This record gives sequence, structure tokens and C-alpha cells, in this order.
Amino acid sequence: MLEIKNLHTSVLDIDDSEILKGIDLSVGKGEIHAIMGPNGSGKSTLANVLMGRFDYVVTEGEITLDGESILDLRPDQRAHLGMFLAFQYPAEIPGVRPWQFLKAALDSKAEARGEEKMTVRNFSKLFDEKVGAVGINPTLVKRSLNEGFSGGEKKRNEMLQLEVLQPTLAILDETDSGLDVDALRIVAEGVNSMRSPGRSFIVVTHYQRLLNYITPDVVHILVNGKIVNTGGPELALEVEKDGYKKYLVTSEATA
Amino acid sequence: MTLAPPSIAAVEKYSPAYESLVTASAAAPEWLKAVRQQAWATYSELGIPVKRRGNELWKYTNLQPLAAEDFRHGLTGEVSVDQLKAVGPWDDAWNTLVVVDGKFNTELSNLHGTNGLVAGSLADAISTGTGDIESQIATLAGREEYAFTALNTAFLDDGAYVAIERDTVLEEPVQVVFVTSSLSESRVNYPRLLVDAGENSSVVLIETHLNLAEESQFSTPVVEMFAHAGSSIRHYRVQMENEKSFHLGTTRIRQLDDSNFTSTSFAVGASIARNDIHTLLDAPGASCTLHGLYMTNGEQQQDQEISTTHAKPHCTSDQFYKGILSGKSHAVFSGKVVVMRDAQKSDATQKDLNLLLSRGVEIDAKPSLEIYADDVTAAHGATAGHVDRETLYYLESRGVDQEAAKAILVRGFAEEILNEFEPKSLHDFVEKVTDERIPALLAESDTLGTA
Repeated sequence: MLEIKNLHTSVLDIDDSEILKGIDLSVGKGEIHAIMGPNGSGKSTLANVLMGRFDYVVTEGEITLDGESILDLRPDQRAHLGMFLAFQYPAEIPGVRPWQFLKAALDSKAEARGEEKMTVRNFSKLFDEKVGAVGINPTLVKRSLNEGFSGGEKKRNEMLQLEVLQPTLAILDETDSGLDVDALRIVAEGVNSMRSPGRSFIVVTHYQRLLNYITPDVVHILVNGKIVNTGGPELALEVEKDGYKKYLVTSEATA
Repeated sequence: MTLAPPSIAAVEKYSPAYESLVTASAAAPEWLKAVRQQAWATYSELGIPVKRRGNELWKYTNLQPLAAEDFRHGLTGEVSVDQLKAVGPWDDAWNTLVVVDGKFNTELSNLHGTNGLVAGSLADAISTGTGDIESQIATLAGREEYAFTALNTAFLDDGAYVAIERDTVLEEPVQVVFVTSSLSESRVNYPRLLVDAGENSSVVLIETHLNLAEESQFSTPVVEMFAHAGSSIRHYRVQMENEKSFHLGTTRIRQLDDSNFTSTSFAVGASIARNDIHTLLDAPGASCTLHGLYMTNGEQQQDQEISTTHAKPHCTSDQFYKGILSGKSHAVFSGKVVVMRDAQKSDATQKDLNLLLSRGVEIDAKPSLEIYADDVTAAHGATAGHVDRETLYYLESRGVDQEAAKAILVRGFAEEILNEFEPKSLHDFVEKVTDERIPALLAESDTLGTA
């Protein structure tokens, strides 16, 4: 479903700022891929380039979704194709309630796809059901989006959006950072319950601990803008034990 | 006839109308004649304040276009209730007073004879000497060295009078609608409102300014409110003038022991508008909250001249305004808090937040504190920023396109103030106006990213 070929990415308007230095990655339908790597390796950049973040520029390579290039698409257009990014640091938006915002998101998607908009009544039902499933405090979602939310609450709110929007390719950008074990379990339960033959996940993480709860099909190690190793779930356990040391040495030697 | 020196603008223009008023009202109470005469003398010395240099009050506001224009006096047009309902907030449950072109209109007003409420024409209240009118009117506004209250007071004739008897708690709001009729002539109006809230009384007061005309109009509303001990006034001010008009409004409140005055303003209309509000905290325990939202586009200008004087100890004041500016519009926030020497244990906060949607806008934010007491808690601040790029990206990543995402963020910025409009019909109205206004603001928007 997702193909990344020789992807090079820099920061917009900054010379010599290449962060991704030739990524090749292929994610099939229904697969869960974990991207692991040390700080500064380019993990978050990869997640955001996939979503079309405004301040990165792709200097070389290609990204295709179901065979079609998405490089020229805006983030909202990518979302309409079924992509979703759970943010590491979700924005706080005063005065905007999650309910209101998610309805707008679903409406835009329906409109772009020429589908019928969900009625307020049906949406309310869906929303309440998902609020229960994610275990987010119902009074919280009446407040401003993410404003005054704790780190854990923000991540639960990302999972709520994931559940409501039902994407076909969900990217989780260090969704586990700053979470206690309970919250971690909720994220994992969300992913596991949504796991289906038609839906793929890319789970970006620094630590292996989230992968105790989500079993990935494939694990990639990203170091210094390149994927330096790819393997099964056992690769994550190896990182847990030995850290990224051996990759860092290799990477410096080849640099 | 001697010409006024060039710095005194637009005195001659208003002089014949003043002379006619004097001639026509020979039977008016002597005290009223004296008040008008003194106010006219003050206005004659001041004129329309066109001099900006060295004039702190008008430094950022060019009133030359106002001084240059000619306005007719004394024309009153026809207005229907349906017209009022179409362009302003309305609720049949409210006691509503309607003032058309400065004149109280009994037919359009909707008064329920509520116990403890004395509400009606200001002209009647003056001629019958209702309540404390003689000792109240033009004592808070009209005797100061201020051109627009002087001008309004010189022409003081009619308007609305609202008194709430002591210990009366009114369940439903009282609305005072000042409307400019649709006559084609450019006219000057002198809307006037006097509010007398008796001891331990409580009222929700909605002050609405509407304009049905298409041509430029000039309105100088003056509102004086007396909040007696233990009283509570929840005030809303809605300003919906047409885009060619001038609206120079003044509100003056005197608060006694433990009274509370809470005001939220919604200002979207006029070519040049000023909302000048001053609260005098004149006895211990008084508190005031002055909040508001202003939205400007095109070449509009909205001024907020917000000031509070802490004259006595243990009083609190809170000023908080939000502005959304687009196109080539201009806004001024001048917040002032004066804490007098005796006013120990005062607590004062001031805040002005602005969302700038285009590069062509200008905001002059000037919060200031003058503190002469030594035991005071005070804080002030002002910010101006653009729609945040990061936040937009977040919304876009969920499938909302950039224009819709911007609209959500602008609406979100306004939400906090809109939520302060509690009466349902009023809340629905300001929400509707805001939602209709946002596309116009965004159509003139050209900025993105954090300033």
C-alpha cells in the first residue's frame, strides 16, 4: 500500500539540512511496521514528511500510496486518502472542542470523496461510543482541544481521533513518549483493536516498551537518516538489550 | 460671525442646530438648560478632536473624515419591529426599549410592566423629574473635558431611562436598542441612556446599537450607570453600525459598596468606532469586569478606550479584550487602571490579545497602570500574533482544508468572549454574526505562521 523509494528530505529554506538520506520502505496492507531509532535519527521527520508537513522539502525520491504519488498532495488531501498521523506533541487549540473539530474533519473527508456527510445524530452516537472505548474523560472532550490536557490525555485524544476517523494508514509518532503503563496499554489496545487486513500502521518509537503490547510485523532501525537494519519483532528486543550503540558506530564509520 | 480657529473643528456646523434646540425648548427645566449650555460651551472650545500630535486620547485615530462631513439634525424615520429582529438580537421575554434616531419610541418598545422596573423615555423622565434624574444625569458624562460627551450633552433631549428599584432582582434582561433609521440623509444622533440600579438590585442590561441606513451616520451614544450598594449590573454592548458610519460611544459607571459591574462588548460595525468606558470604583468592595471582542476588516477602525479608577480600598477590576483584524483595518486598545492613594488592597488585571490575519493591519495596544497606593496586586499585558502554522497543520492532517482550518481557529479565538454572552437569544445572535463575518475576514487574510 505504501512505497517509499530513495527518499531524501531537507528542512525548507535551510541549506545543507538533509535529514532523510535515502529511505526505502514498503508497507503492505494490514501490516504493522515499527520504526525505531535514537534521538535525532530522523524518525519524526519521516512521520511528518509522509503527512506532508509544511516545513520539509523532499529533494529526491518518491512516496506512493496504492501506486499513486502523494508528494504533491496537501496534508488534508493525504488525510482524505486514508492517512492519519498521531502527533508526538498535539497542538493545543483554545476555543475548539474535539467534537466540533472531528465533525469538521469527517465532513471534509466525505465531501472530498463525494460521500454523504454523517448526520449530527449519528456522529454523536459514534463519538460517544469512541470516547468510551478510548477511556477519555467525557468532560475533557467538552473543553478546548488539548488545552490544559496532560500528556497522557493528549495521547488518548489522538487515539480518539484515530478511532473516529478510521484511517487506512495510521502513523503513530512517538505516541508512547511521556505515557505511564496504563496509558501505554490504552494506546496499544486501540491499535490492536483496529488492526485489520485493510489497515496498516507505522509505529515510530524510541523505546521497545510499546512493542511489548503491539507486536509489529516488521521492525526497521533508522539511524542518521537511513534505515540500517530491518527484521522481525526480535530486532526490537535486541535494541532493548543493547541500545543503538552498534548502529551508531557503523553509521559513523560509513559517514 | 467669527470663525473658530482652524484647530477647533466642526463647531460652526453644529451651532445652528444647537440654537434651534435652545429656542424650541424654552419650557425645559432650568437645570437641563444649564447642563446643555455648559456642555455646548465645552464642545465649542474642543470641537471634534482632529489634532493628534500631543493628544494621547486621539494619537492613533484620525477624525478628519468625521470633522469634514456634514450631518443633518432632528430627522426621525420609520422603523418596524421586523426590521429590528432581522438585524439585531431580540427576545419577546425581554423588556425592550427602542430609541429611533435618538427619540424614544413607545410603539416599538416591548415593556411588560415588570415589578420594580421603571423603564421608558428619557424625555418623560426629565420632564417629570423621575427618581434622582436631576442629580444624576450628566454628572458622570458631560461635564468633563471630552468633546463627544459634551456634544451629546449639549443636545440632551431624549433617549432611554432605566431604574431598578432597591432589592429588585430582574429575571429577564432589559434591552435598550438604539437604532438609526433607513432615511437616506447622513444624520447625527445623540443617543442617551441613564441607568439607576438601586441598592441590592440585579439586572441584565443589553445595550444594542443598530443602523438601518446605507449612508454614513454619526452617533455619539452616552450611557451613565449608577450602581448602588450591593447592586449587580450584567451589561452587554453590541455595536452593529453600518460600515460607513462613525460611532463615538461613551459609557460611565459609578459603583458603590460591594456592587458588581460586568460588561462584555461585541464590536463589529462602523468605519470609525470608539468604545470608551470608564468605571469609577467609588466605595470599598466594588468590582468590575470589562471584557470584549472586536473584529475589523476593510479599512475599519475600532478603538477600545477602557479605564477604571480604583478610588477606594478592596476593589477589583479586570479588563480583557480580544481583537481579530484583517484587511487594512486598524484597532486601538488603550487600557488604563488608576489606583488612588487610598485604594489599598486593590486588585487589577489588564489583557489585550490580538489575532492579525493580514500584513496590512495595525494594532496599537497600550495597557497602562497608574498606581499611587502601595498595597496593590496588578498585572497587564498585550499580544498580537498570526494564525499558528503548526496548529493549522494539525487540523489539516485530519482532513480539514486550510481555509476551513483557519476559520475553525479564528472562531476558536473568539469563542472565549462569545461564551460570555449568556442570554440565549443574545448568544445565538453574536455567534451568527461572528460566523457570517469570518469568511469576510479570511477573504482579506494573507498571513500565516507565528509572528
